[in-house]
Amino acid sequence: GLLSREDFQRIPELAINPLGDRIINAFFPEGEDQVNFRGFMRTLAHFRPIEDNEKSKDQNGPEPLNSRSNKLHFAFRLYDLDKDDKISRDELLQVLRMMVGVNISDEQLGSIADRTIQEADQDGDSAISFAEFVKVLEKVDVEQKMSIRFLH
Amino acid sequence: LDYQHVQVPFEITLWIMLASLAKIGFHLYNKLPSVVPESCLLIFVGLIMGGIIYGLNDRSPPVMDSDIFFLYLLPPIVLDAGYFMPSRPFFENIGTILLYAVVGTIWNVFGIGFSLYGICQVKAFRLQDVSLLHNLLFGSLIAAVDPVAVLAVFEEIHVNEKLHILVFGESLLNDAVTVVLYKLFRSFCEMPTIKSMDVFAGVGKFFVVGLGGVLVGLSFGFTAAFTTRFTKDIRVIEPLFVFLYSYLSYLTAEMFHLSGIVAIISCAMGMKRYVEANISLKSHTTVKYFMKMWSSVSDTLIFIFLGVSTIGENHEWNWPYICFTVIFCLIWRALGVLVLTFFVNRFHVNTITSKDQFIIAYGGLRGAICFSLVFLLPDFHRKKLFIAATTVVILFTVFVQGMTIRPLVDLLAVKRKRESAPTVGEQIHIRFLDHLLAGIEDISGHWGQYYWKDKLEYFNSKYLQKILLREYDQPKSSIVLLYEKLERKHAIELAQAGQLGHGPAHPSFLCSAFLCSNSDRTVRTDQKLEDTLNPDVLDNMQEILARNLYRIRRTGPAYNRHTLPGDSEPTEQAKEILILRHKNL
Repeated sequence: GLLSREDFQRIPELAINPLGDRIINAFFPEGEDQVNFRGFMRTLAHFRPIEDNEKSKDQNGPEPLNSRSNKLHFAFRLYDLDKDDKISRDELLQVLRMMVGVNISDEQLGSIADRTIQEADQDGDSAISFAEFVKVLEKVDVEQKMSIRFLH
Repeated sequence: LDYQHVQVPFEITLWIMLASLAKIGFHLYNKLPSVVPESCLLIFVGLIMGGIIYGLNDRSPPVMDSDIFFLYLLPPIVLDAGYFMPSRPFFENIGTILLYAVVGTIWNVFGIGFSLYGICQVKAFRLQDVSLLHNLLFGSLIAAVDPVAVLAVFEEIHVNEKLHILVFGESLLNDAVTVVLYKLFRSFCEMPTIKSMDVFAGVGKFFVVGLGGVLVGLSFGFTAAFTTRFTKDIRVIEPLFVFLYSYLSYLTAEMFHLSGIVAIISCAMGMKRYVEANISLKSHTTVKYFMKMWSSVSDTLIFIFLGVSTIGENHEWNWPYICFTVIFCLIWRALGVLVLTFFVNRFHVNTITSKDQFIIAYGGLRGAICFSLVFLLPDFHRKKLFIAATTVVILFTVFVQGMTIRPLVDLLAVKRKRESAPTVGEQIHIRFLDHLLAGIEDISGHWGQYYWKDKLEYFNSKYLQKILLREYDQPKSSIVLLYEKLERKHAIELAQAGQLGHGPAHPSFLCSAFLCSNSDRTVRTDQKLEDTLNPDVLDNMQEILARNLYRIRRTGPAYNRHTLPGDSEPTEQAKEILILRHKNL
């Protein structure tokens, strides 16, 4: 009842997903190579769609895993590899390089990364903090986008 | 001059030639296909041809023979649809599709039949001799959504994959219901009395027809796969087997009064996987090309014949009946979709939105199947009325609905999206999230959710593959296989990939020269920030990103009438990603 990284890597679509490795890593807790069902579910629970009746109840309890803020936090953690709560220029460059084709030179990629940071950065530290990340995506319907559509 | 000798093949070839020339003609005008769907244009050409023939001979032009339609023209189209049907979305949505196809069609049939009967009761319309049974018979042939027409229109409006597969799957599978109901009502018309036993027999017959069709199709499909296991030394005739077996399955099913369409679809879906593994690459390409070619020709011919057959003296006009038929078709379809979607949405997390529902309801086009069925009706005194009504409904749906569905889709879509242009950061993050979601969907989709799919996979690997595949050795994981395949074919490109990042390598990247000079400008670090504020550079960036960010795996329909699947950039993209990852490992 444990999953290892090889099990994930057998999924062919994941192999050609640019972020495949990072997604797989997100399932495994810190430093471990196996995940049990509970951990697997915890990760997937981030992607449950937000239902209307959940929004009003339980305001005082802990925030559910699939709230907007937690969804964004999950995505943020995929960028932020060294876990310093900031997306530095290098981390951004790494992700960009993964997502973009071979036609772009390093200089162009660098200027794109700089532009991204510049748009988001409000406290002038040349890195994107979580709050700034949230602000960039405020117009995007994250609840819709980051919900799994169970086509069943 | 020995015309009699060659007359039949000569005329057939001329018709096909006319159809193909018409097709070329449309594509010469670039703007035309986007405004008017091809099917409308073809019917129009048919109308002109029919008018010419009528004018020349002063008698009705040849009506499309139902036999020709059902035996020769329809199978290629359905085979093409079944073979290239993306099986994953199809099976994921099979419940919804079956619900729409079976329950929806029955709803439509009875709704239209009964309401038309109600209209017939009105004394002013002089329709009282049309009995309830006749109305139900008419309802059964007019209610079915036609796959040919739906395909022709839907592939031009580019809806998302799920919607496409729903309407398309529904139009294919409702054939079983249509066949049963049509034959049932027809036999009822000829029987003096109807007992309740007959009704039950009808219901049972529906299951027999549907499931029997599937069985016939699958058995032929597996036989085809088995045959191709031994064709290693005679590669040239391999494509023939695909077509022969599929056509045989269709004919066999029709012979037993089962649903031929369902048979041919299940044959195609069943044999696809194994046949493709067994036959050579060239045979594979041949199969795909021939299928596309035949289905294209059939499609064109059907619409032209439809146009030709409308001209003539086959019609009896009764305006109330015809108008009410059209109205009821629309109303009942809309109601049916609404009610069924209400039930479907109760069970699914991902709801079918009202915009989707509108498209499903509006996209219920009737086509040539109705037309042929109405000509097959036994000759009774009101047959011409039915012919006229069917013709009007088909023309209405194809022309009016077909032409307006695209602007409506755009209109509805435009109303929802009122965003300002996304910033560079937004664009990157959104694409990032898309990739993330695609990955998570793939993970969750593959793990345990589909119990039957797993079972099928197990059965497949344990038994079927051993029997049906020639070379059975698949112990490695699919990523290794995929990678090996690419590596084998493109060893040179892999060597080139070792020089990644040293400037644009693709000659096809048109603006590479322009952007190279741009990047020289931004090399100096102290100038970087000022340059990023420059609007020209910003536009460049947006453009670079738009062009170069990897697309997520396809969300549009994978089936297209005019192009072969797998021929486009997703495979290039997959190659690049794999090479990059291999480098990073």
